[in-house]
Amino acid sequence: MGIVCNLRRAAAATGLIAAAALVSTSAFAAGDAKHAEEQDWHFEGIFGTVDKASAQRGLQVYLEVCSGCHSLKQVAYRNLSDLGFTEAEIKAIAADYDVTDGPNDEGEMFERPAIASDAFVSPFPNNEAAQASNNGALPPDLSLQVKAHAGGANYIYALLSGYEDAPVGKDVPNGLSYNPFFPGELIAMPAPLAEDGVEYSDGTVASVDQMAWDVVNFMQWAAEPEMEQRKKMGFKVVLFLIILSAILYAAKRKMWSNLDH
Amino acid sequence: MSAGTNQTGGTGSGLVKWIDSRLPIFSYMQKEYAEFEAPKNFNWFWNFGAILTFMLVLMIMTGIFLAMQYTPHTGLAFDSVERIMRDVNFGWLLRYLHANGATFFFIAVYIHMFRGMYYGSYKGPRELLWMLGVVILLLMMATAFMGYVLPWGQMSFWGATVITNLFSAIPLVGDSIVTLLWGGFSVDNPTLNRFFALHYLFPFLIFGVVILHVIALHVTGSNNPLGVDPKGPQDTVPFHPYYTMKDSVGLAVFVTIMAAFVFFAPNFFGEPENYLEAAPLVTPAHIVPEWYFLPFFAILRSIDFNIWFIDAKLAGVLAMFGAIGVLFILPWLDKSPVRSAKFRPMYKWFFWILLLDCIILGYVGGKPTDDAVFAGAAWFKIIHLGYITTFWYFFHFLILLPLLGIFERPKPLPKSISEAVLGGGTSGAAATAKPMEKA
Repeated sequence: MGIVCNLRRAAAATGLIAAAALVSTSAFAAGDAKHAEEQDWHFEGIFGTVDKASAQRGLQVYLEVCSGCHSLKQVAYRNLSDLGFTEAEIKAIAADYDVTDGPNDEGEMFERPAIASDAFVSPFPNNEAAQASNNGALPPDLSLQVKAHAGGANYIYALLSGYEDAPVGKDVPNGLSYNPFFPGELIAMPAPLAEDGVEYSDGTVASVDQMAWDVVNFMQWAAEPEMEQRKKMGFKVVLFLIILSAILYAAKRKMWSNLDH
Repeated sequence: MSAGTNQTGGTGSGLVKWIDSRLPIFSYMQKEYAEFEAPKNFNWFWNFGAILTFMLVLMIMTGIFLAMQYTPHTGLAFDSVERIMRDVNFGWLLRYLHANGATFFFIAVYIHMFRGMYYGSYKGPRELLWMLGVVILLLMMATAFMGYVLPWGQMSFWGATVITNLFSAIPLVGDSIVTLLWGGFSVDNPTLNRFFALHYLFPFLIFGVVILHVIALHVTGSNNPLGVDPKGPQDTVPFHPYYTMKDSVGLAVFVTIMAAFVFFAPNFFGEPENYLEAAPLVTPAHIVPEWYFLPFFAILRSIDFNIWFIDAKLAGVLAMFGAIGVLFILPWLDKSPVRSAKFRPMYKWFFWILLLDCIILGYVGGKPTDDAVFAGAAWFKIIHLGYITTFWYFFHFLILLPLLGIFERPKPLPKSISEAVLGGGTSGAAATAKPMEKA
């Protein structure tokens, strides 16, 4: 209870400080990072769709590389059918992971293999465990990362494929890595992708750029699984509304034509 | 009472007549929305009343369906919104309509207000009509602010923290007010719960004030682009079908634009960081409110100095609320007897300068105060631009408008709406003789 109270007080205090900082001086800008280049994504534009082959490879990158630290809590295994996986494939992917279920008839919690309707199993039981295993840094959940950054997919692609040696004179503290695209340029995540870090079953060469590209396509789908339905529906709705507007306008002109106005 | 008491409900079947003679809703609708005479010279800016009514209904309807799926608890709110986006049938459509609906509601209300300012719609006898409108704006702002907290993202939490903390600037009772708003000692679960309850309540308060707004409108009648009162039936048309038709066109175009954002760029107006769940111990680098609050936020931040004995923080809060306060007394600040800016050669220019000023204030509100305005001139910071634009905002309302009423020489007004519309050749009397209403 005491700890909770202290936390609350700390939160209130930071709030007051933040408010004071905003009102009196200014918020500091973390804008010294390198700007991510625009890429030509398959999902862009009003007719954009998910590049399923790439997103499928991206799932492989996520499962074999990212999921060691990053959760994907908002996505369920069953959702993978959107990317063209069959029911049997989805069951097989899910079965590789264990979830805690229960309580059973005896009141005990028990482990069982995940099924299609389960959400992606997280690597850590809670944020504290994740931080304890990662030098105090919290690996963010990947479900919404593409929507959570101003640069979106371009930013995450640049970040994943943009690790380089720190310039001379830049001090990189132990446990951090240099990445020119990350705000502040020092990131707690070590370069996650290495040449041939995964072996693609479709024969695609697993370069760092390729893996970054694929996993961003996967993360984009994970963030906006409704995108294809939304854009398809949007095309019809907007077309309908344009025609409706034109008809109403013509009717209005006709109706008003017998008035002096 | 005999059946003969039914004087007004002349149309309709027996049942309609039976009801109408006991509860005159049909004759009321007929009188207030069909036969209601409106000046015939409205331009397209007069569409926004109807558009706003539509938006209010759209927001209430999408909101009620969202509330069926939303969970107001700090541990569950963020995930429940994502569940709406992913697993609820067309949940993404409901939420994107609601989120973008708020943006387009404010776009419409700001156009509606600036239209009122350009054509002097706040002047007598429409003072109360205008003031009720300002009440609606305030209620909308409170509703939007609390609604933005509900998804419990990073900006929800930190925006709520910053804005609620503002009330602590009030002397003596400030801290108690903040504790009351929070339901505790920081923004937490009780805050989220009461904001959800109030976010559900406020739209119905808005609905109530909208009804008063419309009642007041139907007493005075609408203003029009010329700002001269209709002199007789030659100057007006029945609201239905002429303006129901014209409003339908404007509404359809407005909804088309909104739909383009909802379906193709649903997060254009949103803050990306709100897709990160609220973390009370992780302060975002740059806390900004939603775009429609930015001009007021800029005024709040621009007062970063003590004014006499008033501390900077309190002065900023007073200035921010004062920015809306001056709108309340606008009918008495503007001394000019002429309504429409068409006939006010000086006011016309100052109107556009005010509009530009508000847009710059919005820009200032979205930028860190220490940033340079122009890349080449580091000495000219956003905060300086904030000083200038904040000063101009109050200067316009408090100094310029009263003086303009004295020193401005308005152009001659047309005798009537018909005269101006038909090119000024005919006198009012001649126009009356013409059969204007063929419909």
